Amino acid sequence: MVPVDYYIALSAILFVLGTLGVLTRRNPLIIFMSIELMLNAANLAFVAFSSVYQTFNGQIFVFFVIAVAAAEVAVGLALIVEIFKSRRNINIDELNSLKG
Amino acid sequence: MNSDLIVFLVLSLVAISSALGMLFSRNAVYSALFLVLNFITVAVFYLLLGAPFIAMSQITVYAGAIMVLFLFVIMLLGAVNLAPGNSLPWQKPLAGLLSTILAVEAIYILFSRARSDAVITAPDASLNTMESLREMAMTLFSDYLLPFEVTSILLLVAMVGAIILTRREKGGQS
Repeated sequence: MVPVDYYIALSAILFVLGTLGVLTRRNPLIIFMSIELMLNAANLAFVAFSSVYQTFNGQIFVFFVIAVAAAEVAVGLALIVEIFKSRRNINIDELNSLKG
Repeated sequence: MNSDLIVFLVLSLVAISSALGMLFSRNAVYSALFLVLNFITVAVFYLLLGAPFIAMSQITVYAGAIMVLFLFVIMLLGAVNLAPGNSLPWQKPLAGLLSTILAVEAIYILFSRARSDAVITAPDASLNTMESLREMAMTLFSDYLLPFEVTSILLLVAMVGAIILTRREKGGQS
């Protein structure tokens, strides 16, 4: 018997930690991982509500979010590899111009 | 203090500390491994919430496929330890302040305005049958058929995009 509020609070804490990672870290790979952490926190809230309301809709939404995250990671990591090949550097602070 | 609550508290401690470990470890490979631990913990939460199918997809897709991709790229680029650049000096305190404000706001609104008295009971064995999985599949392939097809197109587009982005042009420099 766990109150659903506890799950939502845990989800909020994980989301804030992900935000903190995006704001402070300078390695684009770690920024990506923090975004995954934020998506995961949202998924946890979805499944918690789905369990409270005894419906599958939340779980199916989580399924779609996992698919979108996989697509996002594939394209994002391809972009990071490509930037590294042309600039030899992936520090976020030095990638401030759009012109290659 | 019942056993469900104890399991929840221990697991949330593991989840939060592995997220902190991901944030603050200097080595990118350690960060990725902490994130794998976090994903597995969240998968156990899904089992507690009565979503075994989502828990297994979480482990195969997130902890398996996505994190292996991350580890490959980290080692391919040699981005294990990035040299600290000339970052903005006020960035970290400001980020910490703003994140604290966000956390306090979220927890305040949750426990003052949106307080819910619903409780989640531990799932019983009836969930672990084919019947439950069949019910979920019926929802997925009837009510959510169009989003499902759109997801397949999205995955196709991502696959083509990743191939085109990393393709080596003939005669070009890269």
